[in-house]
Amino acid sequence: MSVTTTEIPVLALAGASKSFGAVHALREATLELRAGEVHALMGENGAGKSTLVKMLAGVYRPDEGTVKVDGAAVAFHGPLDARDAGVAIIYQEPTLFPDLSVAENVFMGRQPLASGRRIDRKAMHDQVNELFARLGVELDAERPVRGLSIADQQIVEIAKALSFEARVLIMDEPTAALSGAEVDRLFGVVRTLRERGAALMFISHRLEEVFAICDTVTVMRDGAVTFDGPLAGLTSDDLVRQMVGRDLDALFPKETASVGSQVLKVERLTREGVFTDISFEVRAGEIVALAGLVGAGRSEVARAIFGIDRWDGGSVELLGRPIHNGRPNAAMRAGIGFVPEDRRQQGLVMDLSIARNATMTRTRALAHLGIIRAASERALATEWGTRLQLKYHRLDDPVGRLSGGNQQKVVLAKWLATQPRLLIVDEPTRGIDVGTKAEVHRLISQLAGEGLAVLMISSELPEVLGMADRVLVMHEGRLTGHFTRAEADEERIVRAMSGQTQEVAT
Amino acid sequence: MPPELATATPGNAPDSPASTGASEGSGTSLLTRLRSWETLIAFLIVVACIVGSQLSGEFLTTDSITTTTFDMIEVALMALPLTLVIVAAEIDLSIASVLGLSSAVMGKLWNAGLPIEAIFPICLAVGIACGAFNGFLVTRLGLPSLAVTIGTMGLFRGLAFVVLGDQSVTSFPATWTDRAFGVIGGGDGWIPNVLILFAVLAVLFGVLLHYTPFGRTVFAVGANEEAARFSGVRVKRTRMLLFVMSGFVSSLAGIEMTLRQSTASADIGTGFELTVVAAVVLGGVSIFGGRGRLGGVVLALILLGAIQKALTLAPNVSSYWIQIVDGVLLVGSVLVPNLVTRLREYRAHAGTRTRALRPARAELTTIGPRHKEEEE
Repeated sequence: MSVTTTEIPVLALAGASKSFGAVHALREATLELRAGEVHALMGENGAGKSTLVKMLAGVYRPDEGTVKVDGAAVAFHGPLDARDAGVAIIYQEPTLFPDLSVAENVFMGRQPLASGRRIDRKAMHDQVNELFARLGVELDAERPVRGLSIADQQIVEIAKALSFEARVLIMDEPTAALSGAEVDRLFGVVRTLRERGAALMFISHRLEEVFAICDTVTVMRDGAVTFDGPLAGLTSDDLVRQMVGRDLDALFPKETASVGSQVLKVERLTREGVFTDISFEVRAGEIVALAGLVGAGRSEVARAIFGIDRWDGGSVELLGRPIHNGRPNAAMRAGIGFVPEDRRQQGLVMDLSIARNATMTRTRALAHLGIIRAASERALATEWGTRLQLKYHRLDDPVGRLSGGNQQKVVLAKWLATQPRLLIVDEPTRGIDVGTKAEVHRLISQLAGEGLAVLMISSELPEVLGMADRVLVMHEGRLTGHFTRAEADEERIVRAMSGQTQEVAT
Repeated sequence: MPPELATATPGNAPDSPASTGASEGSGTSLLTRLRSWETLIAFLIVVACIVGSQLSGEFLTTDSITTTTFDMIEVALMALPLTLVIVAAEIDLSIASVLGLSSAVMGKLWNAGLPIEAIFPICLAVGIACGAFNGFLVTRLGLPSLAVTIGTMGLFRGLAFVVLGDQSVTSFPATWTDRAFGVIGGGDGWIPNVLILFAVLAVLFGVLLHYTPFGRTVFAVGANEEAARFSGVRVKRTRMLLFVMSGFVSSLAGIEMTLRQSTASADIGTGFELTVVAAVVLGGVSIFGGRGRLGGVVLALILLGAIQKALTLAPNVSSYWIQIVDGVLLVGSVLVPNLVTRLREYRAHAGTRTRALRPARAELTTIGPRHKEEEE
């Protein structure tokens, strides 16, 4: 399947599987990285890319299958083992010490020493400058990291990887936060490294970048590799089909709902440096999806509407009445429910019981003369547990013991129990197995059918296309697209997501 | 004194005796651990009583209950609101200084000729103001409560000396000092009046923590502040109220102590805050917040009282041993649950663990799953 089968891959996965509880994050994945090759890894969010990367980085160990270095099976006991084997990962957000100099960051913990165990600054700076010269970039080794752009910080990370004599460089969405010129420079560095015989892996959602720089590609879907081979001869459509690879209508049981009166009205909402001039409305019975790349400001808009963050300008109205700025409690009472992005940190209190979590928004209503009876708490939790087909052992178990999908049902239960008029769901199916995913979709669709207004943030295009009545697209804090269900297609949305068009209509 | 407050309150559904009021912290494993923690404290109380009665015939008498109560009452009172504060993952180290300030204000105003009935509300208001000041610094300015209350510990104590100097005021009316020092039923009785005050407050705080919407928010804030905020909980208001309660009860303890000892001075109760924190932690309340039961704290107070009494009655035992034992109990109460958890993890992993230490290079084998349970 690969370009040069004769050559032994520098780093490979063979039949690797990994499960987290009931969730199969990775199923028999096979991947080979060769010297002098740039390999693309593609897939929707939740397809298993990051699990695969963490396995190569030594963070996770496969339940089954092997990691191979130079053709020999190895067991990485931790990230240090992977580093010793010559594997380096460049993450989207560099993790450097801002107050130390560039050179100190590169040589953190193993600075070259002069006599008397003093740090030999000159040697250190010379070595770093030499690394930059090899990469063909100009950066001052002596300046502090604070103030460097993300792109420059990535270069520092790459230099650091080279100083460890990395043979394999894995870049996790390195271009997500870069400008066009910065991407070009990064690609220049990548080409230099390829010519020097490094094996590179490049993760990106941007098809044109993949075609610009990569030689081979692995596509993943639902934890399994669906395609693995040379990129030559493939079109973007081929890749998208491999990534999505299923009939949308069957997976997303969208009910046709009659759209009612206006529920949410957001007008010229602005939070400085985060999002600007956001205006839209959501009507009863309507599912409006908010699409965009990670970091486009979608979650931030949702947080502002619910009052977690304050906004600097504009207004939010629910059912014609203004919502207070920065007060979640007021938003809740006004009839907004918010299923946040990070279930473990924001959606649930993992240490508390299922019953406590499911009733957290309703404690006041449950209290009789100020006293909460455990029986009424359990009754409410049981009621919603049954309605959402929650699978649990005991209501007193900590909610952290449930599978991801069932945890999400508890978050939904918590908000549905408040009988909201508007439900905001942020990445409602992230990290959830396929079966429960469909259940959550059916539930959201059904709720909309009953007249609930739904604002859905999702990074999964099939979910957006399958569920939404209307699609709004954000790019760098601004609305760059607005499509009806009929107008919305993958290409248009992706284009708006990368900020290429200003198709704000209607 | 009710050893298990929670069971004495409504909410016991007949069909779920094992689970009512049990969902603090989390489910089964932790629950059993908490339960067994309280059982352990109860067991230690029994041991302390047996040892105490061997050491001295005076130990198991009604008289020792009376005297121990007087030794412990201020600590016990202040432990009640502090339990809630610690469950909410905060700390208040200024409590003993608020007690001192309350006493100093009381002495100053009494010297100034105010009627005692007018002084009480003023002292309580001072306590509330102190708590509100702590709360303001923590919630509005976002400062960590550890730093804030170490600062206000010095500040309030300093204020107490500014108010009263190093003099003491002793001429309080006998009707009130008798009430504070008295026992139920007069001369022959042995249950101190202040024990009733404690019992009433303990029930109130127990119900507040375990059976009210406010109590639910305290646990949620302590276990995960962010998730609480995302659930519409008013986190700042919850914290503010907790600090105010703490200040209020501390000033109440100041009034009580001043009357009981018939002496107001700026330095009373110095160092009490550490004993209070020790009692709360010994009672099984997690110092990291989110877990704990008021009943456990009440048991811990009884245990501390019993040990103190036993050591004071024992012949040839220096009173410094009390501090040593208190210290050992505090460290032990943090250490033991930790060790138990680690032991469990070790046992669970022992079967699959095939390597001794992490080797420097990757080894050429395939080994079973690594125990890093995490979701994508």
